[in-house]
Amino acid sequence: MDRAKFRAGFRDATPFGVAGLLVSGSFGVVAIDAGFSPLAAIVMSAIVFAGSAQFAAISIIAGGGAPSAAIIAAALMNSRFLPMGIALAPSLPGGALRRALQGQAVVDSSWAMSSNGDGTFDRWYLFGATAVQYVTWVLGTAAGVFGGDLIGDPEKLGLDAVFPAFFVALLITEVKDGRMFGVAALGAVIAFALVPIAPAGVPVLVASLAALIGLIRR
Amino acid sequence: MSSSAAVIGGCAAVTFAIKAAGPVALGGRQLPLAAQQILGLLAPGLLAALVVVSTLADGKHWAVGAETAGVAVAGLVYWRSRSIVACVVIAAVATAVLRAL
Repeated sequence: MDRAKFRAGFRDATPFGVAGLLVSGSFGVVAIDAGFSPLAAIVMSAIVFAGSAQFAAISIIAGGGAPSAAIIAAALMNSRFLPMGIALAPSLPGGALRRALQGQAVVDSSWAMSSNGDGTFDRWYLFGATAVQYVTWVLGTAAGVFGGDLIGDPEKLGLDAVFPAFFVALLITEVKDGRMFGVAALGAVIAFALVPIAPAGVPVLVASLAALIGLIRR
Repeated sequence: MSSSAAVIGGCAAVTFAIKAAGPVALGGRQLPLAAQQILGLLAPGLLAALVVVSTLADGKHWAVGAETAGVAVAGLVYWRSRSIVACVVIAAVATAVLRAL
């Protein structure tokens, strides 16, 4: 174990962890509104640990959707972790099980932060960055679950804007040159165009094709 | 509780499988250069799409609301300050203020 790298990741991702408290707190509130028990909401954050997927699933349940639809939406939302995992793969040692477990550390911010920029990743930095966010994610959910009654309507407090703002910050951090900006703009246009015609989750998945187009048009 | 257990178990299983797939299937092999470049470009496209879907859409409809403006303000704040905490706090505050007007 590279303690220095782990600590560096933990420290650098602490702001994301603090922001995650707000995001997961709003998840806890929404989950209770959707009819989840406090324990169920906390367990979901502890074993799913994927913000956009949890929000997607819970919003479908809240809207009266079937569990299967919620799970499919979560899978589609998480599909972005597939290319992230592929990118990370060459940087992970060990056999199949160990690699599978290490792959669980991928969350958007940690993945982006631990990239060395040359196709390789710093895995201990990644683990540290994810560890702090995991702890605050579960704690924040518990706070939302038990504190939700105190704050009333989460939308009144603007808590629904917290999660998208988090993604905007990740995007701004990630875009480092003109080509990346072009890919981001293209991804945004693709998703926007598909919203009225594709099932939830699919616009984001298809927008990943922007990377391919960005590479061809150089 | 039974339906929430199914949702939670299902979501946990698919999330585990998706996150495990890349590392397990690819072994320790290096990818060709073109593939590495594409992977480097994936995050901007995916993140931008997530932002669009979560701020400009409500289900299958395009929609602009207080949260759209709140997130835009938060983006500006982050761009200038690089503070993630300021970013998410401003997003909530700006959205709440706009809704209260």
